[in-house]
Amino acid sequence: MTRPDLSALTASIRRPGTTALIYLALAAVVLVSGVAVALEGKNLFATANLVDMFTRTSLTGFLAIGMTLVILCRSLDLSVGYTAALSSLVAATTMDGQVANLPLAIGAVLLVSGLIGAANGAIVAFLRVNPFIATLGTGLIIKGYLDTRYKGPAGDVPEAFRAFGYSRIGPVPVSTLVMLALAVAAIWFLRSSRTGHHMYAVGGDVDIARMSGIRTDRVLLTAHVLCGMCAGVAGLLLAARFGTGSAESYTNLYELDAIAAVVLGGTLLLGGRGGVAGTVAGVMILAVLDSVFNVLQIDPFAKDVLRGAVIIAAVALYARRQLDRTARRPRFPTAAAGRTR
Amino acid sequence: MTRYRDRGAAFGAAALRWIANPTATVFLLLLLIFAGIFALNDSFFAGPSFMAFLKQAAPLMILAAGQYFVIVSGNFDLSVGALVGAQVVIAARLIDGEESRTVPVMLAMVAFGIAVGLVNGIITTVLKVQSFITTLGMLMVLFGAIKLWTGGAPTGALSESFRTAGRLGIENVPVLGQIPWAVLIVIGLGAGAIGLMRTGFGRVLMAAGDNERAATLSGAPVNTVRIAAFVLSGLSATVAGILIGGYAGVSAQVGQGLEFTVITAVVLGGVVLGGGRGTVLAAIAGALAIESLFALFNQMQLPSTLRPTVQGAIIIAAVAYAARRRTRRGAAAKTATATATPS
Repeated sequence: MTRPDLSALTASIRRPGTTALIYLALAAVVLVSGVAVALEGKNLFATANLVDMFTRTSLTGFLAIGMTLVILCRSLDLSVGYTAALSSLVAATTMDGQVANLPLAIGAVLLVSGLIGAANGAIVAFLRVNPFIATLGTGLIIKGYLDTRYKGPAGDVPEAFRAFGYSRIGPVPVSTLVMLALAVAAIWFLRSSRTGHHMYAVGGDVDIARMSGIRTDRVLLTAHVLCGMCAGVAGLLLAARFGTGSAESYTNLYELDAIAAVVLGGTLLLGGRGGVAGTVAGVMILAVLDSVFNVLQIDPFAKDVLRGAVIIAAVALYARRQLDRTARRPRFPTAAAGRTR
Repeated sequence: MTRYRDRGAAFGAAALRWIANPTATVFLLLLLIFAGIFALNDSFFAGPSFMAFLKQAAPLMILAAGQYFVIVSGNFDLSVGALVGAQVVIAARLIDGEESRTVPVMLAMVAFGIAVGLVNGIITTVLKVQSFITTLGMLMVLFGAIKLWTGGAPTGALSESFRTAGRLGIENVPVLGQIPWAVLIVIGLGAGAIGLMRTGFGRVLMAAGDNERAATLSGAPVNTVRIAAFVLSGLSATVAGILIGGYAGVSAQVGQGLEFTVITAVVLGGVVLGGGRGTVLAAIAGALAIESLFALFNQMQLPSTLRPTVQGAIIIAAVAYAARRRTRRGAAAKTATATATPS
């Protein structure tokens, strides 16, 4: 992320990369929001508002980090909301109010969510089912199970674990710090590990990746397992916040929020380009907007309208940049056409 | 399959090939589900109750035809569910129980459906935003705007003449009892859609989804037909909204989650996400298959909460089955179509 070389820095200032641009956009959003809130005679940067803002980032953040990995591989995961809801139930019922059960519960959640991810990955990679359909299908399967098995909240989360949902250091909640740590780990994974590099290759062109000797099926599977586990962590956070497991939480359509954050963060929905750093900025932009709407007491329904418009506008802007790039670089026209579609 | 061919059973091989054809698969599936329902309750196929089933299935079949145009041209339309909901709420609010306003409001709804389709299409093609994002954004905007306009809960009432299309039909027909208007509308629109796919427009639409670049280079108006596909989808949501509003009345939940059911239906009909393959008749049959599946669940007295589970398993199985065939035949050519995410 950081380049110590000064010439590289000046070059990146002259022609900023997509990630830098997104952080500029984030800064602009914060600035405009701060001014708008100040005009109403309120302070966006008051502790209560900052806490609200950061708290909003953690849940979407966990989901969006995992989602970034699968989208980079040109896949998709529409089941994360359901996985998170199921995970919160697994966590709460396994803990059952006992602190001693914590490691077991966390292990069980990661196992279950990882297995769901593995099922998604296997269906996409080996059965060659379109990821949209595959993960929509697994999501529906989990939804049916949750609706049939759990009529209401279940399980009990001990106080020690609820702290994960509420406690904070200064204005920053612990869950947000955990999310940022996970983001750093994911950035390292994508930039420095072999599988991480392979993910970009698979997303860029799966055939070329395969011909270059990458086991593309395994890479896809890994991405889906990691995405599932991220959803599991989000489920743990849900359990910590609610104090019980809640099947109803899938109705919030977290998966669409996560996809929106990833796309806002500059990761191409067609795979092969982007990264977790941008996603974190995307999550923060959404959180700032939500907080501002909250502070200004804008009708919650207007929030949906604005959100939809912001997402479309952002992607339209990125598409324009992508067009400029292909105009400047006429080589490999087929690949370029595929990307700008 | 090869084992049968080696035996020289030409007829068997031909039959198998027909069954393995993704378009035929959905009809086979439909037949199997109907057989299942028949085994449980043969009175389901008596004229009146079967007509009632078709009446209930009609909106999804119309939506499937609309969604087919968008999917076959290489896009998605996730906004149809929200649009159906919006249309019903708009109708109730504007008509407000007055018979005289029925026709003008219906015209306004058609205009609104066209407008939403145009916006979706123009953003997707001219601004180059992937249709997944465009229509997802449209879903959020429509959902929020309608709630904002009505203050959370739908207000007003539909007029009796508005509800005719969704509820009534030609009465006192021998054997069948009632032929619902909805069924006639499906037949009419379905025939129109099949005819449309055989015109130049249909061929360009198919070409745009199959190979955008080749279509563009050969001078086909790719963007125009894609925008037209979104408009057709918006219109189908309008008709579906009129039927659903008439059949079920007004509520805040109308249309919720419908987009995924419709896409499932179209895909079940053997239409490939990403475009360029499949027929509109099979897409409509896919919608009928989904509805008959729900009817089968009713007959089996499954708890309704289990429906999503079975639905999810069936979509995955159906698409995996179709993908298996495609990759095997096209192994030498290109396998990418199976894994590609449509834009």
